[in-house]
Amino acid sequence: MKILHGVRRSKPKGRNGDLSRGLLLRLELPSDPSLLCAVRGAVERLTESFGFSAPDCRAVTRAVDEALTNIIRHSYNGRSDRPIEMLFRSVHGAATPKASEGLEILLCDRGPSIKRAQLCMRELEEVRPGGLGLHFIQQSMDIVEYKRANGTNRLRLVKYVRAPKQDVNS
Amino acid sequence: MQISRRQLDKTAIFDVSGDIDLANSPAVRKALLKEIRDNRTPRVVMNLSNVRYIDSSGVASLVEGLKAARDVGSRFILFGLSTSAREVLQLSRLLKIFEVYENEEQALAA
Repeated sequence: MKILHGVRRSKPKGRNGDLSRGLLLRLELPSDPSLLCAVRGAVERLTESFGFSAPDCRAVTRAVDEALTNIIRHSYNGRSDRPIEMLFRSVHGAATPKASEGLEILLCDRGPSIKRAQLCMRELEEVRPGGLGLHFIQQSMDIVEYKRANGTNRLRLVKYVRAPKQDVNS
Repeated sequence: MQISRRQLDKTAIFDVSGDIDLANSPAVRKALLKEIRDNRTPRVVMNLSNVRYIDSSGVASLVEGLKAARDVGSRFILFGLSTSAREVLQLSRLLKIFEVYENEEQALAA
C-alpha cells in the first residue's frame, strides 16, 4: 500500500485541478483483501483527527471497507493485483444547516463498468447471506454517488461532521 | 484473525480474535459449516469478545451458520459482541434473528 499524502488540513491549492483541493490523504493499493485492515486503521485515525464522533468514525470506516470489498469482489472478481486509488478530501458547502465540514472519499478502480442492477439493494426482511455491503454504505454516509469516467469506476462518499448538540442550559 | 475450538459436553465453542473481513470470513464460514453440518454438534457458540470488527462478508458467514444450524436442528449462539459488531447486526436487522448473550456464562446457561 502506498501512502502518497499524509494528513494535512491545508487550504486548497488547486494545482492539480479539482482532485487536489482539500486533499488530506491519497492511497494507492492493490486489490488484496489482506490490506483491508491497514486501510481501516488509516481511516479510523483520519476520521478521529477530522473531528467525527466515535459512531461516525466507525460508520465512515465501515463504508470505506465495504466499498473496497465490493471493488475486490465484484469489479475485480477477487483478483488481488488490480489497482485501487483512494482520495480523502475536506469539503465545505454543507448540505444541511446542521453540518459544517465534510470528509469526501473517492474510490477509483479500473474494473468493468458497474451495471445499474448491481447497485440495487436487496430487502433486509429476507434473512440470507450476502447483499448487505451496499446497505452498510448507504446507511453510513450522507452522500453516495457512482459514476463511470475514462474507463474508471468512481465511487464518491461524503460524510459531514455533525455540529455538537447545544446545551439548553447555556 | 485467529479461530480456535473448544468442546464442552455437547457444545462447541469457537473463540475468534481479530477482525472478520473479506480476507478471513471464508475461514469462519468453513469452520462453522463443518461443525454444524459434518459434526452435527447440538449447540455451537461463537465467542466474539476479541473481535473488534465484522464486515458484511463476516455477517454473511454468521447467517450461513445460523441457517445451517436451523436446517439440522442445532442451536447457534453468539456472545461478547463489540459495539461495532452489534452495529452491523443492527444495521442489517439481524440482531433479533440471532441468539445473542453478553458473556460465555449466560450463553452456556441459556
